[in-house]
Amino acid sequence: MTDASMENPGTGRRATSLTASDERTLKRAKAEKRFRLYGIIAIATGLFFLVVLFASILKEGIPAFTRTVVSVEFTLTEPQRAEAESTLFKTKAYSDLFITELNGKLAESGISVDFDEAAIERLLGKVGGTIRTFYSENPDQVGEPINFELAASSRVDGYFKGRVSRDTLQDSRFLQLSDLDLVDALTEAGVIKQVFNWPFITGADSGVDNPGGAGIGASVVGSFFMMLVVLALSLPIGVAASIYLEEFAPQNKFTDLIEVNISNLAAVPSIVFGILGLAVFIQFMHLPQSAPLVGGLVLTLMTLPTIIISTRASLKAVPPSIRDAALGVGASKMQAVFHHVLPLAAPGILTGTIIGLAQALGETAPLLLIGMVGFVARGYPDGFLAGFTEPNSVMPAQIYTWAARADVGFYEKAWGGIIILLMFLLTMNIIAIILRRRFERRW
Amino acid sequence: MPILWLFLIVLAIAAGGYFLGRSRALQSAGGDSRSLHSLPSFYGANVFLKTIVPAFGLLILWLLVQPIYVNTQISGMIPETAIKEGSSRSLVLAEVRRAASGLDNAVEQGLITEDIAQNARADFTDMTQRLKDAGQVVTSNITQPILRAAQSYRVLNSTGRSAMTIAVLLAAVAGAAISLWQTNKVFRARNVVEQGVQVLLLAAASIAILTTVGIVLSLVFNTWEFFKLYPASDFFFGTTWSPSFSGRGGSSELGIIPLLWGTFYISLVALLVAVPIGLFAAIYLSEYASPRVRAFAKPLLEVLAGIPTIVYGLFALLTVGPLLLGVFGDEGLGWMKAGTAVVTAGLVMGIMLIPFVSSLSDDIINAVPQAMRDGSYGLGATQSETIRQVVLPAALPGIVGAILLAASRAIGETMIVVLGAGAAARLSLNPFEAMTTVTAKIVSQLTGDADFASPEALVAFALGMTLFILTLGLNVFALYIVRKYREQYE
Repeated sequence: MTDASMENPGTGRRATSLTASDERTLKRAKAEKRFRLYGIIAIATGLFFLVVLFASILKEGIPAFTRTVVSVEFTLTEPQRAEAESTLFKTKAYSDLFITELNGKLAESGISVDFDEAAIERLLGKVGGTIRTFYSENPDQVGEPINFELAASSRVDGYFKGRVSRDTLQDSRFLQLSDLDLVDALTEAGVIKQVFNWPFITGADSGVDNPGGAGIGASVVGSFFMMLVVLALSLPIGVAASIYLEEFAPQNKFTDLIEVNISNLAAVPSIVFGILGLAVFIQFMHLPQSAPLVGGLVLTLMTLPTIIISTRASLKAVPPSIRDAALGVGASKMQAVFHHVLPLAAPGILTGTIIGLAQALGETAPLLLIGMVGFVARGYPDGFLAGFTEPNSVMPAQIYTWAARADVGFYEKAWGGIIILLMFLLTMNIIAIILRRRFERRW
Repeated sequence: MPILWLFLIVLAIAAGGYFLGRSRALQSAGGDSRSLHSLPSFYGANVFLKTIVPAFGLLILWLLVQPIYVNTQISGMIPETAIKEGSSRSLVLAEVRRAASGLDNAVEQGLITEDIAQNARADFTDMTQRLKDAGQVVTSNITQPILRAAQSYRVLNSTGRSAMTIAVLLAAVAGAAISLWQTNKVFRARNVVEQGVQVLLLAAASIAILTTVGIVLSLVFNTWEFFKLYPASDFFFGTTWSPSFSGRGGSSELGIIPLLWGTFYISLVALLVAVPIGLFAAIYLSEYASPRVRAFAKPLLEVLAGIPTIVYGLFALLTVGPLLLGVFGDEGLGWMKAGTAVVTAGLVMGIMLIPFVSSLSDDIINAVPQAMRDGSYGLGATQSETIRQVVLPAALPGIVGAILLAASRAIGETMIVVLGAGAAARLSLNPFEAMTTVTAKIVSQLTGDADFASPEALVAFALGMTLFILTLGLNVFALYIVRKYREQYE
């Protein structure tokens, strides 16, 4: 061993120093640094995508929560009403009254701008009709000062939110360049303002040509009913299946078959569940299309594997000593499970169920197939039972419907809908985390 | 409404039976629960179960069977001559159902009386108009056989409903009576109840099998129907996808190859994004990161997996598409024509898949025994050399499994491609062109008022079958690899 080094002193290895690294070590150290950097870049990229995603959701979605209204205080006297009702074009008479009022408002602020009735109609839609309907429904309000908040058309709304600008606007029957002068003048007079968009949160979907009036409220209700179905079916079935598999199932072929099926179903693409729903629930059983009940059934089948897997994990986490103690004092196996194991596993089961429900709430693809998209949810269901069987939309399907429409005004609604959907998901996940933190037991 | 009432009534009978059974058992023991075989509540539960299980079982069975029975009856009533050229029996049946629900609506709104609805031959001529007045969409003029079929459809349905109500209530009462009659102090209530509960638990667990059977049956049955109308070889080897919506049959070309190509191309782009990022992120998180960085970055990355796919779809359509168009479009490099393209969908899908690859790989890398790393360090290897030459080769099968799982997820993903990839089916190598996938075409062939008998709608089931087999195969293969790898170290 020493002979070799004695014969060729210094030729086998280069002169090294403890203070200065040689070339190869430097190279290796560099490679080490580079490799580390790749990892940092990968994580930074992932987080960057996350930030971009949320930034664009917020940037595009927040405008959906404000809307542009023209607010005019308006007093209609009884003679004025009688006169308007006596003319041939009643709504025109009302709209003339409105324009006079508006002119007065502008004159008060010392602004003069020319406009005609057509411009008002482009800005606000049929004003006369709205006012007339209000007074015919509330005849006692005649003579009282009423503050009308009339929704501006979606293009005027877009002008305030930067979607429409003077440079890009082309004169059309929807909006003309000259109208924007009027809009500016009205803004200066404080007549046009931005207010919080309650109709977006509480309202129902509108037709394809009215993005301004579209709201997500009806589909939130649809989602609620669908989630009720999913909860009512998937929690008991999932827990029962898990208890069987974890506590009672004998080791045999049939049990293996169930286990293989559950793990495969967890990986089946969601759209295949949609095909199942279409073929079995709609084609074969003739359940109503677009109904939250059918959506709930499909999503139940989809979330069952998730719930079963998490429930089994929390049942498994309960130590065997609990079962042994219960059996030791004379409980039957069934009593040991239902009186002792299940209550101890309950927080974990609930957490898993909430996460499964959150997943189901955001699922879209299977719902497209059972007709949740072709349907325009124009109103709320008539009652509790009708909520399950009447056609309705649900949040993700509504968002898809808006995204698929041609009018750009709907995109803003779709983003706004996403904010609402994500808020629901966030709440559910936070509840799950709190449950886990507070009740989780380590044995 | 009646079904809910029926449900509540059966529940009420069962609840009453519980208390009756309990008190009857106590009575038979002379009020001394010690001389009973089981706890008193088990006698109650016995009555409860025996009331509810047969009644609800019958209810569900009846609800399943009745529509099928009624449909076959009605179908037999329609003569061959009533089916028009180019129409089919299922279309006529749909028309019958529409007419029947139109009659229901009309009666409800008071437009016609129940008598007229059941026997409308007298003033048959204006029936179509009356149904339209009742707000029912009726496609064509209702013919005599359709109207007659619709009338007997209503009659069959309503008699079926009343028969069901009676049968279910009888089953509930009979169950309660029999089990009450059984109840005495030597009856082994606990054993019976526990056995019953165990059977119910088994039934719940079997729903997983039922679901799979349902999926397979609905796919196979409809795919079979499709291949009867359209040759299988043209479907599997055709290179053109152009369904016609106007005419029925004949003019459509339904080749799956362009769709499969689009699916694989988009999935490939997605994996090219997700695998390097996810893998390096997993390596950094498991080998280099301090616990604080890990506790911060890992959950944040996993947020990406919890976001619904519709959000990614919208992100692709409205943010990423226009952004890419700005760079590669006519104003930039001129490669891209529209915002929806393979790269758009692939990139966004890649973002969605990052956490799948990273969490799974992270688990697998952590499972590599520390002794292997220590051995490598002991030989003087740097940390990165250890990772590249020891840890990754050891973890490779698991990582391949993770990538395969991600690939199966990419193939089955729907919303991102529906919104972000465009609708044109084409065979092209250019990633800046719009292409479409199997999932997107399933959606477009089955949404709207499709007629399930046409090859254009049935093809979706054949596509679904292909998708199901592909993803199932990938999953089974991935799980096999992962499981085989696990055996090495545990």
